[in-house]
Amino acid sequence: MAAVVAKIKQKQIGVLIDKGKRLDGRGLTDYRDLKVEQGLIERAEGSARVHLGKTEIVVGTKVETGEPFSDTPNEGVLTVNAELVPLASPGFEAGPPDENSIELARIVDRGIRESKMIDTEKLCLEAGKKVIVVFVDVYVLNHDGNLIDASALAAVAALLNTKMPNYEYEDGEVKVKSGTTALPLSQHPVTVTFAKIGDKLVVDPQLEEEEVMDARISMAVDDDENICAIQKGGSGYFVPEQVLEASRLAVKKAKEIREKLDW
Amino acid sequence: MNDKPERLIDKKGLRLDGRKPDQMRPVKLEVGVIPAADGSAYIEQGKNKILVGVYGPREAHPKHLALQDRLVLKCRYHMAPFSVQERKSPAPSRREVELSKVIREALEPAIFTELYPRTMVDLTIEVLQADGGTRCASISAASLALADSGLPMRDLVVACAAGKADDKIVLDLMDEEDKLGSADVPVALMPSLNAITLLQMDGKLSQDEFERAVSLAIDGCKQIYLLQKDALKAKYKNVKAEGEE
Repeated sequence: MAAVVAKIKQKQIGVLIDKGKRLDGRGLTDYRDLKVEQGLIERAEGSARVHLGKTEIVVGTKVETGEPFSDTPNEGVLTVNAELVPLASPGFEAGPPDENSIELARIVDRGIRESKMIDTEKLCLEAGKKVIVVFVDVYVLNHDGNLIDASALAAVAALLNTKMPNYEYEDGEVKVKSGTTALPLSQHPVTVTFAKIGDKLVVDPQLEEEEVMDARISMAVDDDENICAIQKGGSGYFVPEQVLEASRLAVKKAKEIREKLDW
Repeated sequence: MNDKPERLIDKKGLRLDGRKPDQMRPVKLEVGVIPAADGSAYIEQGKNKILVGVYGPREAHPKHLALQDRLVLKCRYHMAPFSVQERKSPAPSRREVELSKVIREALEPAIFTELYPRTMVDLTIEVLQADGGTRCASISAASLALADSGLPMRDLVVACAAGKADDKIVLDLMDEEDKLGSADVPVALMPSLNAITLLQMDGKLSQDEFERAVSLAIDGCKQIYLLQKDALKAKYKNVKAEGEE
Protein backbone atom coordinates (compact mmCIF):
# COMPACT_ATOMS: atom_id res chain seq x y z
CA MET A 1 0.00 0.00 0.00
CA ALA A 2 2.81 2.37 0.86
CA ALA A 3 4.21 1.95 -2.63
CA VAL A 4 0.86 2.95 -4.17
CA VAL A 5 0.70 6.12 -2.09
CA ALA A 6 4.27 6.86 -3.04
CA LYS A 7 3.38 6.55 -6.74
CA ILE A 8 0.52 9.04 -6.37
CA LYS A 9 2.76 11.43 -4.50
CA GLN A 10 5.50 10.95 -7.08
CA LYS A 11 3.14 12.16 -9.76
CA GLN A 12 2.01 15.07 -7.61
CA ILE A 13 5.61 16.15 -6.97
CA GLY A 14 6.31 16.07 -10.71
CA VAL A 15 3.15 17.98 -11.65
CA LEU A 16 3.80 20.66 -9.00
CA ILE A 17 7.42 21.15 -9.99
CA ASP A 18 6.41 21.51 -13.60
CA LYS A 19 4.30 24.49 -12.48
CA GLY A 20 7.21 25.89 -10.46
CA LYS A 21 5.75 24.79 -7.11
CA ARG A 22 6.74 22.27 -4.43
CA LEU A 23 5.06 20.04 -1.84
CA ASP A 24 5.89 22.33 1.08
CA GLY A 25 5.09 25.55 -0.76
CA ARG A 26 8.70 26.53 -1.49
CA GLY A 27 9.86 27.98 -4.80
CA LEU A 28 12.20 25.80 -6.89
CA THR A 29 15.33 27.62 -5.72
CA ASP A 30 14.37 28.15 -2.05
CA TYR A 31 16.11 26.47 0.87
CA ARG A 32 14.12 25.14 3.81
CA ASP A 33 14.50 26.91 7.17
CA LEU A 34 18.11 26.76 8.24
CA LYS A 35 19.25 26.86 11.85
CA VAL A 36 22.89 26.58 12.92
CA GLU A 37 23.98 26.21 16.57
CA GLN A 38 27.57 25.88 17.75
CA GLY A 39 29.34 24.45 20.77
CA LEU A 40 26.73 22.03 22.10
CA ILE A 41 29.13 19.12 22.76
CA GLU A 42 31.52 20.25 25.49
CA ARG A 43 33.84 17.24 25.21
CA ALA A 44 34.52 17.92 21.53
CA GLU A 45 37.09 20.55 20.53
CA GLY A 46 34.39 22.01 18.31
CA SER A 47 30.79 21.16 17.48
CA ALA A 48 27.73 22.35 15.60
CA ARG A 49 24.16 21.30 14.96
CA VAL A 50 22.35 22.13 11.76
CA HIS A 51 18.62 21.90 11.15
CA LEU A 52 17.65 22.13 7.49
CA GLY A 53 13.90 21.69 7.57
CA LYS A 54 13.54 18.40 9.42
CA THR A 55 17.01 17.17 8.47
CA GLU A 56 19.28 17.29 11.51
CA ILE A 57 23.06 16.92 11.58
CA VAL A 58 25.52 17.13 14.45
CA VAL A 59 29.22 17.49 13.76
CA GLY A 60 31.94 17.16 16.38
CA THR A 61 35.61 17.85 15.82
CA LYS A 62 38.50 16.26 17.69
CA VAL A 63 42.08 17.47 17.49
CA GLU A 64 45.08 15.21 18.05
CA THR A 65 48.70 15.02 16.98
CA GLY A 66 50.02 12.43 14.57
CA GLU A 67 52.32 11.76 11.66
CA PRO A 68 51.95 13.63 8.36
CA PHE A 69 51.38 11.87 5.04
CA SER A 70 54.65 11.20 3.22
CA ASP A 71 53.64 13.33 0.21
CA THR A 72 52.73 16.33 2.39
CA PRO A 73 55.34 16.24 5.20
CA ASN A 74 54.77 19.84 6.30
CA GLU A 75 50.96 19.84 6.40
CA GLY A 76 48.48 18.89 9.09
CA VAL A 77 45.88 16.24 8.38
CA LEU A 78 42.11 16.59 7.91
CA THR A 79 39.97 13.46 8.27
CA VAL A 80 36.24 13.53 7.61
CA ASN A 81 33.94 10.66 8.48
CA ALA A 82 30.15 10.40 8.23
CA GLU A 83 27.83 8.13 10.18
CA LEU A 84 24.34 7.43 8.91
CA VAL A 85 23.13 6.60 12.40
CA PRO A 86 20.40 3.90 12.38
CA LEU A 87 18.06 6.03 14.51
CA ALA A 88 17.92 8.70 11.78
CA SER A 89 16.04 6.75 9.10
CA PRO A 90 14.39 3.37 8.55
CA GLY A 91 16.82 2.92 5.65
CA PHE A 92 20.02 3.25 7.73
CA GLU A 93 21.68 0.14 9.10
CA ALA A 94 24.37 -0.32 11.73
CA GLY A 95 27.70 -1.62 10.53
CA PRO A 96 30.75 -0.46 8.63
CA PRO A 97 30.24 2.65 6.46
CA ASP A 98 28.45 1.88 3.20
CA GLU A 99 28.98 3.68 -0.10
CA ASN A 100 26.45 6.37 0.79
CA SER A 101 28.16 7.39 4.01
CA ILE A 102 31.59 7.20 2.37
CA GLU A 103 30.39 9.40 -0.48
CA LEU A 104 28.83 11.90 1.95
CA ALA A 105 32.06 12.12 3.96
CA ARG A 106 34.15 12.57 0.83
CA ILE A 107 31.91 15.34 -0.53
CA VAL A 108 32.11 17.22 2.79
CA ASP A 109 35.87 16.61 2.87
CA ARG A 110 36.37 17.93 -0.67
CA GLY A 111 34.44 21.15 -0.01
CA ILE A 112 36.65 21.96 3.00
CA ARG A 113 39.91 20.74 1.45
CA GLU A 114 39.60 22.24 -2.02
CA SER A 115 38.38 25.62 -0.77
CA LYS A 116 41.59 25.69 1.33
CA MET A 117 39.48 26.59 4.34
CA ILE A 118 42.13 25.18 6.70
CA ASP A 119 45.69 26.42 6.36
CA THR A 120 47.17 22.96 6.88
CA GLU A 121 50.77 24.22 6.76
CA LYS A 122 50.10 26.06 10.02
CA LEU A 123 49.17 22.70 11.57
CA CYS A 124 52.71 21.38 11.18
CA LEU A 125 54.69 20.94 14.41
CA GLU A 126 57.86 19.36 12.97
CA ALA A 127 58.05 18.70 9.22
CA GLY A 128 57.93 15.01 8.38
CA LYS A 129 57.49 14.04 12.04
CA LYS A 130 54.57 15.57 13.92
CA VAL A 131 51.53 17.45 12.74
CA ILE A 132 48.11 18.34 14.10
CA VAL A 133 45.30 16.05 12.96
CA VAL A 134 41.75 17.40 12.76
CA PHE A 135 38.93 14.84 12.80
CA VAL A 136 35.53 15.95 11.57
CA ASP A 137 32.80 13.46 12.41
CA VAL A 138 29.42 14.00 10.77
CA TYR A 139 26.46 12.47 12.60
CA VAL A 140 23.16 12.32 10.77
CA LEU A 141 20.40 12.45 13.42
CA ASN A 142 17.35 12.79 11.20
CA HIS A 143 17.17 12.15 7.47
CA ASP A 144 14.68 14.28 5.60
CA GLY A 145 16.73 14.86 2.48
CA ASN A 146 19.77 16.89 1.37
CA LEU A 147 22.19 15.44 3.87
CA ILE A 148 25.03 16.85 1.75
CA ASP A 149 24.35 20.58 2.20
CA ALA A 150 23.35 20.21 5.86
CA SER A 151 26.45 18.13 6.66
CA ALA A 152 28.78 20.49 4.80
CA LEU A 153 27.36 23.50 6.68
CA ALA A 154 27.56 21.68 10.03
CA ALA A 155 31.18 20.68 9.35
CA VAL A 156 32.19 24.27 8.53
CA ALA A 157 30.30 25.58 11.58
CA ALA A 158 32.03 23.03 13.82
CA LEU A 159 35.47 23.92 12.45
CA LEU A 160 34.77 27.61 13.07
CA ASN A 161 33.86 26.64 16.64
CA THR A 162 36.98 24.51 17.22
CA LYS A 163 39.50 25.44 19.89
CA MET A 164 42.59 23.28 19.75
CA PRO A 165 45.11 22.77 22.55
CA ASN A 166 48.36 24.75 22.30
CA TYR A 167 50.80 22.11 21.11
CA GLU A 168 54.56 22.51 21.04
CA TYR A 169 57.16 20.11 19.76
CA GLU A 170 60.37 20.01 21.80
CA ASP A 171 63.15 17.39 21.83
CA GLY A 172 61.06 14.84 19.95
CA GLU A 173 58.07 15.22 22.23
CA VAL A 174 54.71 16.91 21.92
CA LYS A 175 53.97 19.20 24.84
CA VAL A 176 50.61 20.72 25.58
CA LYS A 177 50.78 24.27 26.91
CA SER A 178 47.91 25.95 28.71
CA GLY A 179 45.07 27.63 26.83
CA THR A 180 43.56 26.96 23.45
CA THR A 181 43.76 28.46 19.96
CA ALA A 182 41.29 28.65 17.09
CA LEU A 183 42.13 26.70 13.94
CA PRO A 184 43.91 28.61 11.14
CA LEU A 185 40.85 29.13 8.92
CA SER A 186 40.05 31.47 6.06
CA GLN A 187 37.33 30.32 3.66
CA HIS A 188 33.68 29.38 4.37
CA PRO A 189 32.76 26.84 1.68
CA VAL A 190 29.03 26.37 1.13
CA THR A 191 27.71 23.38 -0.80
CA VAL A 192 24.50 23.72 -2.82
CA THR A 193 22.65 20.61 -4.01
CA PHE A 194 20.15 20.41 -6.87
CA ALA A 195 17.78 17.58 -7.70
CA LYS A 196 16.69 17.03 -11.28
CA ILE A 197 13.00 16.19 -11.40
CA GLY A 198 11.49 16.04 -14.88
CA ASP A 199 13.54 18.63 -16.72
CA LYS A 200 13.63 21.07 -13.80
CA LEU A 201 16.27 21.69 -11.15
CA VAL A 202 15.19 22.18 -7.55
CA VAL A 203 17.42 23.42 -4.73
CA ASP A 204 17.66 21.62 -1.35
CA PRO A 205 15.52 18.54 -2.12
CA GLN A 206 13.58 17.10 0.80
CA LEU A 207 13.44 13.30 1.19
CA GLU A 208 10.29 12.75 -0.88
CA GLU A 209 11.79 14.77 -3.71
CA GLU A 210 15.02 12.77 -3.48
CA GLU A 211 13.01 9.59 -3.86
CA VAL A 212 11.60 10.71 -7.21
CA MET A 213 14.60 12.63 -8.58
CA ASP A 214 16.50 11.38 -11.65
CA ALA A 215 19.83 12.67 -10.42
CA ARG A 216 21.41 15.24 -8.13
CA ILE A 217 24.36 17.56 -8.39
CA SER A 218 26.20 19.27 -5.54
CA MET A 219 28.54 22.23 -5.92
CA ALA A 220 30.78 23.75 -3.25
CA VAL A 221 31.46 27.48 -3.59
CA ASP A 222 34.13 29.47 -1.73
CA ASP A 223 34.02 33.08 -0.44
CA ASP A 224 35.46 34.39 -3.73
CA GLU A 225 32.71 32.75 -5.79
CA ASN A 226 34.97 30.04 -7.17
CA ILE A 227 33.54 26.58 -7.58
CA CYS A 228 35.78 24.22 -5.63
CA ALA A 229 34.07 20.82 -5.64
CA ILE A 230 31.31 19.09 -7.59
CA GLN A 231 29.62 15.72 -7.30
CA LYS A 232 26.89 14.30 -9.50
CA GLY A 233 24.90 11.42 -8.00
CA GLY A 234 22.00 9.21 -8.95
CA SER A 235 21.23 7.08 -11.98
CA GLY A 236 20.05 9.86 -14.28
CA TYR A 237 21.77 12.53 -16.36
CA PHE A 238 22.00 16.28 -16.89
CA VAL A 239 22.21 18.15 -20.17
CA PRO A 240 25.20 20.53 -20.32
CA GLU A 241 22.98 23.65 -20.07
CA GLN A 242 21.55 22.38 -16.76
CA VAL A 243 25.04 21.94 -15.36
CA LEU A 244 25.95 25.52 -16.23
CA GLU A 245 22.62 26.78 -14.86
CA ALA A 246 23.32 24.89 -11.62
CA SER A 247 26.81 26.38 -11.30
CA ARG A 248 25.50 29.95 -11.70
CA LEU A 249 22.69 29.33 -9.23
CA ALA A 250 25.04 27.63 -6.74
CA VAL A 251 27.20 30.75 -6.56
CA LYS A 252 24.11 32.86 -5.87
CA LYS A 253 22.61 30.54 -3.24
CA ALA A 254 25.96 30.10 -1.47
CA LYS A 255 26.25 33.88 -1.18
CA GLU A 256 22.75 34.12 0.33
CA ILE A 257 23.56 31.45 2.91
CA ARG A 258 26.86 33.05 3.81
CA GLU A 259 25.13 36.41 4.33
CA LYS A 260 22.44 34.79 6.45
CA LEU A 261 24.98 33.08 8.70
CA ASP A 262 27.27 36.11 8.79
CA TRP A 263 30.23 34.07 7.46
CA MET B 1 59.70 10.14 -5.70
CA ASN B 2 60.76 12.35 -8.59
CA ASP B 3 61.30 16.05 -8.00
CA LYS B 4 58.29 18.22 -8.62
CA PRO B 5 58.48 20.04 -11.96
CA GLU B 6 58.54 23.81 -11.61
CA ARG B 7 56.02 24.40 -14.34
CA LEU B 8 53.39 22.19 -15.91
CA ILE B 9 53.35 24.22 -19.14
CA ASP B 10 56.56 25.53 -20.70
CA LYS B 11 57.24 28.85 -22.45
CA LYS B 12 56.13 27.43 -25.79
CA GLY B 13 52.79 26.50 -24.26
CA LEU B 14 53.52 22.77 -24.26
CA ARG B 15 52.84 20.36 -21.40
CA LEU B 16 55.31 18.03 -19.65
CA ASP B 17 54.73 15.29 -22.23
CA GLY B 18 54.84 17.75 -25.14
CA ARG B 19 51.08 18.02 -25.64
CA LYS B 20 49.20 21.20 -26.48
CA PRO B 21 46.63 22.35 -23.88
CA ASP B 22 43.68 20.94 -25.83
CA GLN B 23 45.40 17.74 -26.92
CA MET B 24 44.51 14.30 -25.61
CA ARG B 25 46.94 11.51 -24.77
CA PRO B 26 47.08 8.59 -27.23
CA VAL B 27 44.13 6.25 -26.62
CA LYS B 28 44.07 2.57 -27.52
CA LEU B 29 40.87 0.56 -27.12
CA GLU B 30 40.28 -3.13 -27.59
CA VAL B 31 37.07 -5.13 -27.23
CA GLY B 32 36.63 -8.81 -26.33
CA VAL B 33 39.93 -9.31 -24.53
CA ILE B 34 38.76 -11.75 -21.81
CA PRO B 35 37.40 -14.97 -23.32
CA ALA B 36 35.69 -16.11 -20.09
CA ALA B 37 33.71 -12.89 -19.71
CA ASP B 38 30.36 -12.10 -21.38
CA GLY B 39 31.81 -8.77 -22.39
CA SER B 40 35.21 -7.18 -21.94
CA ALA B 41 37.38 -4.27 -23.00
CA TYR B 42 40.86 -2.88 -22.48
CA ILE B 43 41.97 0.73 -22.58
CA GLU B 44 45.32 2.44 -22.66
CA GLN B 45 45.22 6.20 -22.25
CA GLY B 46 48.67 7.65 -21.71
CA LYS B 47 50.23 5.24 -19.23
CA ASN B 48 46.83 4.12 -17.89
CA LYS B 49 46.22 0.43 -18.52
CA ILE B 50 42.76 -0.75 -17.48
CA LEU B 51 40.82 -3.99 -18.01
CA VAL B 52 37.05 -4.31 -17.68
CA GLY B 53 35.03 -7.52 -17.54
CA VAL B 54 31.24 -7.94 -17.58
CA TYR B 55 29.26 -10.98 -16.42
CA GLY B 56 25.50 -11.28 -16.82
CA PRO B 57 22.65 -10.58 -16.87
CA ARG B 58 22.53 -13.48 -14.44
CA GLU B 59 20.85 -14.44 -11.18
CA ALA B 60 21.43 -11.77 -8.55
CA HIS B 61 23.91 -12.63 -5.87
CA PRO B 62 23.20 -12.15 -3.01
CA LYS B 63 19.57 -12.79 -3.97
CA HIS B 64 17.99 -10.07 -1.82
CA LEU B 65 19.66 -7.43 -3.99
CA ALA B 66 17.45 -8.38 -6.95
CA LEU B 67 14.80 -5.84 -8.02
CA GLN B 68 11.39 -6.93 -9.32
CA ASP B 69 11.19 -4.33 -12.08
CA ARG B 70 14.74 -3.96 -13.35
CA LEU B 71 18.29 -5.17 -13.64
CA VAL B 72 20.81 -4.34 -10.90
CA LEU B 73 24.23 -3.17 -12.03
CA LYS B 74 27.01 -4.03 -9.62
CA CYS B 75 30.23 -2.18 -10.21
CA ARG B 76 33.65 -2.60 -8.67
CA TYR B 77 36.52 -0.24 -9.45
CA HIS B 78 39.77 -1.60 -8.12
CA MET B 79 43.41 -0.64 -8.40
CA ALA B 80 46.09 -3.30 -8.52
CA PRO B 81 48.67 -3.00 -5.71
CA PHE B 82 51.39 -2.46 -8.34
CA SER B 83 49.45 0.15 -10.34
CA VAL B 84 50.93 3.15 -8.51
CA GLN B 85 54.33 4.34 -7.26
CA GLU B 86 53.87 3.21 -3.65
CA ARG B 87 52.17 -0.17 -3.24
CA LYS B 88 48.43 0.18 -2.74
CA SER B 89 46.81 -2.20 -0.30
CA PRO B 90 44.49 -4.53 -2.24
CA ALA B 91 41.68 -3.89 0.26
CA PRO B 92 39.14 -1.43 -1.19
CA SER B 93 39.90 2.13 -0.07
CA ARG B 94 37.26 4.78 0.56
CA ARG B 95 38.25 6.35 -2.75
CA GLU B 96 37.61 3.08 -4.58
CA VAL B 97 34.21 2.67 -2.89
CA GLU B 98 33.22 6.18 -4.00
CA LEU B 99 34.52 5.70 -7.54
CA SER B 100 32.69 2.38 -7.87
CA LYS B 101 29.49 4.25 -7.02
CA VAL B 102 29.96 7.22 -9.35
CA ILE B 103 31.09 4.97 -12.22
CA ARG B 104 27.99 2.80 -11.75
CA GLU B 105 25.80 5.91 -11.77
CA ALA B 106 27.57 7.11 -14.92
CA LEU B 107 26.81 3.86 -16.76
CA GLU B 108 23.26 3.12 -15.50
CA PRO B 109 21.54 5.84 -17.56
CA ALA B 110 22.73 4.08 -20.74
CA ILE B 111 21.27 0.67 -19.89
CA PHE B 112 17.69 -0.45 -20.55
CA THR B 113 17.54 -1.91 -17.04
CA GLU B 114 13.79 -2.59 -17.29
CA LEU B 115 14.39 -5.30 -19.92
CA TYR B 116 16.04 -7.69 -17.46
CA PRO B 117 14.09 -7.65 -14.18
CA ARG B 118 15.37 -9.73 -11.24
CA THR B 119 18.86 -10.05 -12.73
CA MET B 120 22.28 -8.62 -12.02
CA VAL B 121 25.18 -7.55 -14.18
CA ASP B 122 28.60 -7.65 -12.53
CA LEU B 123 31.08 -5.18 -13.90
CA THR B 124 34.67 -5.31 -12.70
CA ILE B 125 37.28 -2.69 -13.45
CA GLU B 126 40.91 -3.49 -12.73
CA VAL B 127 43.37 -0.64 -13.01
CA LEU B 128 46.67 -2.35 -13.87
CA GLN B 129 48.57 0.92 -14.14
CA ALA B 130 47.37 4.38 -13.14
CA ASP B 131 48.42 7.65 -14.78
CA GLY B 132 45.73 10.18 -13.83
CA GLY B 133 42.20 10.08 -15.15
CA THR B 134 41.56 6.42 -14.32
CA ARG B 135 37.85 6.94 -13.58
CA CYS B 136 37.31 8.43 -17.03
CA ALA B 137 39.32 5.79 -18.85
CA SER B 138 37.46 3.13 -16.81
CA ILE B 139 34.08 4.47 -17.91
CA SER B 140 35.09 4.61 -21.59
CA ALA B 141 36.23 0.98 -21.41
CA ALA B 142 33.34 -0.20 -19.20
CA SER B 143 30.65 0.98 -21.57
CA LEU B 144 32.44 -0.86 -24.39
CA ALA B 145 32.53 -4.02 -22.29
CA LEU B 146 28.78 -3.65 -21.60
CA ALA B 147 28.11 -3.19 -25.32
CA ASP B 148 30.33 -6.19 -26.09
CA SER B 149 28.23 -8.30 -23.69
CA GLY B 150 25.20 -7.59 -25.89
CA LEU B 151 23.25 -5.60 -23.31
CA PRO B 152 20.82 -3.21 -25.06
CA MET B 153 22.06 0.35 -24.52
CA ARG B 154 20.83 3.85 -25.32
CA ASP B 155 24.32 5.00 -26.23
CA LEU B 156 27.94 4.37 -25.33
CA VAL B 157 29.13 6.33 -22.31
CA VAL B 158 32.44 8.05 -22.81
CA ALA B 159 34.44 10.05 -20.31
CA CYS B 160 37.27 12.53 -20.32
CA ALA B 161 38.61 15.11 -17.87
CA ALA B 162 39.61 18.71 -18.31
CA GLY B 163 41.30 20.82 -15.70
CA LYS B 164 43.61 23.67 -14.92
CA ALA B 165 47.38 23.61 -14.96
CA ASP B 166 49.47 26.78 -14.56
CA ASP B 167 46.37 28.96 -15.13
CA LYS B 168 45.53 27.25 -18.43
CA ILE B 169 42.49 25.06 -19.08
CA VAL B 170 43.85 21.74 -20.36
CA LEU B 171 42.35 18.50 -21.66
CA ASP B 172 42.94 14.99 -20.29
CA LEU B 173 45.16 15.52 -17.25
CA MET B 174 48.00 13.10 -16.70
CA ASP B 175 49.29 12.08 -13.28
CA GLU B 176 51.51 15.15 -12.60
CA GLU B 177 48.84 17.59 -13.76
CA ASP B 178 46.24 15.80 -11.66
CA LYS B 179 48.39 16.05 -8.54
CA LEU B 180 50.00 19.47 -9.06
CA GLY B 181 47.40 21.23 -11.18
CA SER B 182 44.79 23.47 -9.63
CA ALA B 183 41.59 21.77 -10.79
CA ASP B 184 40.28 18.53 -12.27
CA VAL B 185 36.85 18.14 -13.89
CA PRO B 186 35.99 14.60 -15.03
CA VAL B 187 32.94 14.41 -17.29
CA ALA B 188 31.08 11.37 -18.68
CA LEU B 189 28.78 11.82 -21.64
CA MET B 190 26.31 9.94 -23.82
CA PRO B 191 27.18 11.91 -26.97
CA SER B 192 24.12 11.11 -29.11
CA LEU B 193 21.79 12.13 -26.27
CA ASN B 194 23.86 15.13 -25.13
CA ALA B 195 23.56 13.73 -21.59
CA ILE B 196 26.15 14.21 -18.85
CA THR B 197 26.14 11.11 -16.63
CA LEU B 198 29.13 11.91 -14.44
CA LEU B 199 30.44 15.24 -13.31
CA GLN B 200 32.88 15.80 -10.51
CA MET B 201 35.33 18.50 -9.71
CA ASP B 202 38.01 19.37 -7.24
CA GLY B 203 40.22 22.42 -7.21
CA LYS B 204 39.23 26.01 -7.81
CA LEU B 205 37.65 27.41 -10.93
CA SER B 206 35.82 30.64 -11.64
CA GLN B 207 32.43 30.40 -13.32
CA ASP B 208 34.01 31.18 -16.69
CA GLU B 209 36.84 28.66 -16.26
CA PHE B 210 34.36 25.99 -15.21
CA GLU B 211 32.27 26.52 -18.34
CA ARG B 212 35.37 26.31 -20.53
CA ALA B 213 36.56 23.15 -18.76
CA VAL B 214 33.21 21.39 -19.20
CA SER B 215 33.10 22.33 -22.86
CA LEU B 216 36.69 21.13 -23.43
CA ALA B 217 35.99 17.84 -21.62
CA ILE B 218 32.93 17.29 -23.83
CA ASP B 219 35.11 17.83 -26.93
CA GLY B 220 37.49 15.21 -25.54
CA CYS B 221 34.62 12.79 -24.96
CA LYS B 222 33.52 13.17 -28.57
CA GLN B 223 37.01 12.29 -29.81
CA ILE B 224 37.13 9.10 -27.72
CA TYR B 225 33.56 8.24 -28.81
CA LEU B 226 34.81 7.77 -32.39
CA LEU B 227 37.59 5.47 -31.17
CA GLN B 228 35.06 3.48 -29.12
CA LYS B 229 32.90 2.83 -32.15
CA ASP B 230 35.95 1.79 -34.20
CA ALA B 231 37.05 -0.63 -31.46
CA LEU B 232 33.60 -2.22 -31.28
CA LYS B 233 33.40 -2.60 -35.06
CA ALA B 234 36.95 -3.99 -35.21
CA LYS B 235 36.02 -6.98 -33.04
CA TYR B 236 33.05 -7.92 -35.17
CA LYS B 237 34.99 -7.43 -38.40
CA ASN B 238 37.35 -10.11 -37.10
CA VAL B 239 34.43 -12.34 -36.17
CA LYS B 240 33.01 -11.90 -39.67
CA ALA B 241 36.38 -12.67 -41.29
CA GLU B 242 36.69 -15.86 -39.22
CA GLY B 243 33.19 -16.91 -40.24
CA GLU B 244 33.98 -16.53 -43.90
CA GLU B 245 37.15 -18.61 -43.77
